[in-house]
Amino acid sequence: MLIITCPWCGARPEVEFRYGGEAHIARPADPSALTDAEWADFLYNRTNPKGLHAERWRHIHGCGRYFNALRDTVSDFFVTTYKAGEKRPDIDASSGGSK
Amino acid sequence: MQKFSGFELFRRALGGHKSWQPQWRNPEPKAEYDVVIVGAGGHGLAAAYYLAKEHGITNVAVIERGWLGGGNTGRNTTIVRSNYLFDESAALYEHAVKLWEGLSQDINYNVMYSARGVLMLAHNHHDEISFKRHVHANRLNGVDNEWLTAEQVKEFCPPLNIKSMRYPIIGGALQRRGGTARHDAVAWGFARAADSRGVDIIQNCEVTGIRRGPSGAVEGVETSRGFIRAKKVGVSAAGHTSVVMAMAGLRMPLESFPLQALVSEPVKPAFPTVVMSNTIHAYISQSDKGEMVIGAGTDAYTSYSQRGALHITAHTLDAICELVPQFRRLRMLRNWGGIVDVTPDRSPIIAKTPVPGLYVNCGWGTGGFKATPGSGHVFAHTIAKDAPHAINAPFTLERFRDGFLIDEAAAAAVAH
Ligand SMILES: Cc1cc2nc3c(=O)[nH]c(=O)nc-3n(C[C@H](O)[C@H](O)[C@H](O)COP(=O)(O)OP(=O)(O)OC[C@H]3O[C@@H](n4cnc5c(N)ncnc54)[C@H](O)[C@@H]3O)c2cc1C
Ligand SMILES: [Zn+2]
Repeated sequence: MLIITCPWCGARPEVEFRYGGEAHIARPADPSALTDAEWADFLYNRTNPKGLHAERWRHIHGCGRYFNALRDTVSDFFVTTYKAGEKRPDIDASSGGSK
Repeated sequence: MQKFSGFELFRRALGGHKSWQPQWRNPEPKAEYDVVIVGAGGHGLAAAYYLAKEHGITNVAVIERGWLGGGNTGRNTTIVRSNYLFDESAALYEHAVKLWEGLSQDINYNVMYSARGVLMLAHNHHDEISFKRHVHANRLNGVDNEWLTAEQVKEFCPPLNIKSMRYPIIGGALQRRGGTARHDAVAWGFARAADSRGVDIIQNCEVTGIRRGPSGAVEGVETSRGFIRAKKVGVSAAGHTSVVMAMAGLRMPLESFPLQALVSEPVKPAFPTVVMSNTIHAYISQSDKGEMVIGAGTDAYTSYSQRGALHITAHTLDAICELVPQFRRLRMLRNWGGIVDVTPDRSPIIAKTPVPGLYVNCGWGTGGFKATPGSGHVFAHTIAKDAPHAINAPFTLERFRDGFLIDEAAAAAVAH
């Protein structure tokens, strides 16, 4: 089980959280302007990287809030977590991962 | 190829079994092939076999970063069935079941296909109406599937506890032609059969890039053992599909998750069929070695760690102990994980891509072992003809753009 640090509540076990998928996928501002291909990209296509992944988590059995995390998908090591709305920290895969 | 038969076994026994040869070669990669398949899992090997057998294309390489069959093919719980809801899926999985039934003869390798039945348990009203809907839909598609009452479930699989549990069993859907096959034998059998028709299987060779020419078309693959030229490249890399397709600049409707399984110590025959329960999430069958083979769920988050968390397996064992109380005393021997590539509608993609010469077979998620021969068969057709077979025509990448999802996810919420 992973230990995940909620930016509000601190370190808690994984079972307190829900995974929310890839982060920083903004809902289109003007949906009717999109082509079908752009919609498909928004709805279905995912980066699914082997390495650093920016992703959403929700502390559902805690404060209930969404936040973002950078995790190495090979080691499952959490490089950092940060509040929703904040920019993705400028960290590359070499820092901290694979512990 | 040395043919396997009872007579050969007897004859070579007289020589102390010393005259058997390796079942496939270990060739150096050639500079150029007509077709390169990325990934020597069951699907990639089957595609290579059918390319050679049905389409006469034998200048083929299957390139594998690890050892053949070491991916999900060698890690899965081997449940085979075809009682899927939608017409498109029923046709695809039934195509595979029909091939399973004659596969050992076709490839002269005992894949131990055992049609012992697959029984899906219903624990509530929703399960019941959903399973009955499947039974009716399957009948219309000529796929066997029948509804059993709780008593009939107990009769078909006596070890099951149907009453004294939190979610008692109220019935089940049984596909009698479903069952299991031996996972390693499937990979080895297809490898041997493909190799004997001239296919080069190149292990310990990772594809690190896909080279495209000025027109955008595929020219070949960069690998850890150098560049290999090919005008057609078929990607069959399961959990690593997003990574490989990104080499050609494509984003895929896929997410990769760890999925776990575990086996018990071997015991005498004690469990006659395959039992699956989606509601309390457990599935179990007994291997011919005697181990109880138990499938757990996926982790909640995407990962390539090939491990999976302990609370996921613990959750499944809770359910197994309720379903079959006498198994509480069984010791678990091993558990492991594979990385499964999951699509939004839980149906696979077997298709051409926007890149000329690049084909993809992926998105089998938690349930593609059962499709191995069928998938390889239609993927080979797609590559050879540069056009899909009628059976895989609906399973395109574009269905996500055009809104033609084949939503088995909503239909069954089924794992595996
Ligand atoms: C625990 C578990 C239980 C399962 N249970 C069932 C079940 O009961 N029934 C069922 O039908 N399905 C089940 N599945 C799903 C099933 O295992 C898969 O859908 C199926 O085996 C996929 O076959 P494949 O040949 O596509 O993939 P794999 O066997 O994973 O083959 C893909 C190959 O590609 C190789 N590869 C990846 N990247 C590269 C690269 N860059 N270069 C070269 N090679 C590369 C990999 O090393 C791998 O060997 C289960 C899966 C798991 C993990
Ligand atoms: Zn919190």
